[in-house]
Amino acid sequence: MSNFGKTLKIVLGLAVVAALILVPMNFNRYGLFILSQWAVMTIAAMGLNLTLGYAGQVSLAQGAFVGIGAYTAAIMTTHGWPLPAALVVAIGLSFAVGWVLGYPALRVQHHYLAFVTLAFSTLAFLVFRNESWLTGGIYGISNIPRPNILGFATNRPLPFYYVCLGSLAIVSLAVWWLIRSPWGRAFMALRENPLRAQSLGVDTRRYTLMAFAIGSALGGVAGALYAPLTQYIDPVPFNLSLSLDLLMMVIVGGAGFFFGPFLGAMIAVLLPEWLRFTEGYYLMLYAVAVMLLLIWSPTGILGILDRYMAARRTKAASALRAVAKSRLETAQ
Amino acid sequence: MSAVLEVTNIKKSFGGIHAVNGVSFDVREGEILGLIGPNGCGKSTLFNCILGQLTPTGGDVKLDGKTVTGLRPSELNKLGVSRTFQLLQVFPKLSVRENLILAGQEHQGNMGSRLFGRSDAGLTDAANQMIGFFKLDHLAAEQAGGLSYGQQKLLDAAMAFMGGPRLVLLDEPAGGVNPSMLSDLKDRLVAINREKNATFVVIEHNMEFVMSLCSRVMVMAEGKVLAMGRPDEVRKNPAVIEAYLGH
Repeated sequence: MSNFGKTLKIVLGLAVVAALILVPMNFNRYGLFILSQWAVMTIAAMGLNLTLGYAGQVSLAQGAFVGIGAYTAAIMTTHGWPLPAALVVAIGLSFAVGWVLGYPALRVQHHYLAFVTLAFSTLAFLVFRNESWLTGGIYGISNIPRPNILGFATNRPLPFYYVCLGSLAIVSLAVWWLIRSPWGRAFMALRENPLRAQSLGVDTRRYTLMAFAIGSALGGVAGALYAPLTQYIDPVPFNLSLSLDLLMMVIVGGAGFFFGPFLGAMIAVLLPEWLRFTEGYYLMLYAVAVMLLLIWSPTGILGILDRYMAARRTKAASALRAVAKSRLETAQ
Repeated sequence: MSAVLEVTNIKKSFGGIHAVNGVSFDVREGEILGLIGPNGCGKSTLFNCILGQLTPTGGDVKLDGKTVTGLRPSELNKLGVSRTFQLLQVFPKLSVRENLILAGQEHQGNMGSRLFGRSDAGLTDAANQMIGFFKLDHLAAEQAGGLSYGQQKLLDAAMAFMGGPRLVLLDEPAGGVNPSMLSDLKDRLVAINREKNATFVVIEHNMEFVMSLCSRVMVMAEGKVLAMGRPDEVRKNPAVIEAYLGH
């Protein structure tokens, strides 16, 4: 990439970050809630993108991990534990359960694996609903406190939005590091050709389990932020439809692209809000928009950009080959 | 010369079909052994049994005198056994250089260092050397999926050597490669064999390629070893002519 291209990317990135920090200062309570929800769902979708988009393991259980994280945070913080401690437990618990859920992926793939994870999602929902002694059952858990971070209270919407945004920034950096590391390369190898990956020494069993565990842990992080965001949780938001929503975010944004979950979550969380002026038709319009997008570009929004960039690269490479060929012919 | 690979009485059945039926052979250090035979004679199944992609119904595989039967392909690769496949197996979305880094990264450090260490696992120089060795310099940054079939075959072979293997099993490396690239490929294999004393087993239907590359040739038919010997001996063997080479 040219220096100009790199500079442009950095300037654009900084402008987006500055806008995410400054613009919401003028938002009302509801606007801040929606934007915080976008940040939280982006974290959950990044986890699923790691499992599905990079490592190629289908999961319909990400919503359940958001639930595990949310209930962990809700139970602990309402019993006086600080949110960071609850976050650590939520990450550990989601990681461990995700690791165990990864074992079926060592034997079954694709839609069979989807059904295994779907069953887990149902099981988790039943635990959230039926184990009232722990989760409050259908009445849920209320009065979930928001944390004090370094002595600053985050009860008001704007400070808590910054907590969500800061968490998104940390998770983004961690995921960026991960996918650029040899682990990220191994995840992609797992997705594209596990047989070849094995023959090159890639321990596909361990990386499959890691992909599930890390993706699930990010679901747990999202859940641990969701609980203090809404300050009340019950089982309903964590049923199968959340897993399907997260799957849609990843697919629509572009599975296997770093920025896919950001865009996907933006469309899933913000687009319905922007279409509210159509009143009763907004969900229908939203569904049609998503269908049209996926017909046009099955690889999601970033797939369109990727195709354009690939076409440019091919054109440039063909031109270089033509120059090399003509030089060769002249020399002969 | 000691045997790098010893295969004893390997059998593999699929239902009532005996794809490999009691095959025994060994491969000495630095040797290039050719493995030929008609389609369906069990060559690739034998490879898959040796390399842990299939569990043999019976028999024993030893690497440097140690039994490795039933080890997973990734474990065997860590012990210095590498392979190529009959069909192209590069990672199309990664660049040529990234394919080669991926091919070597699991031999560097441990899981922790691969997560927290350098993103190229310290392999960029080694990958560039391999790119130069296989004459793919002008394609280093190109996506592997955009390369011609022959170029992808070269990359596929180059990937097998990134981990510095002692033993490489090549499944039809010449299939679909044009004569000029085939000559390049042969030169590279011979050079690696001489410089690194690497040991090869090569499945191939291109007789000229096999006979000029290999020091010994094993012929299989119907899951069994039909003949074994120097290329000129095998070429004259009446049973081989009858079953495979023709007149």
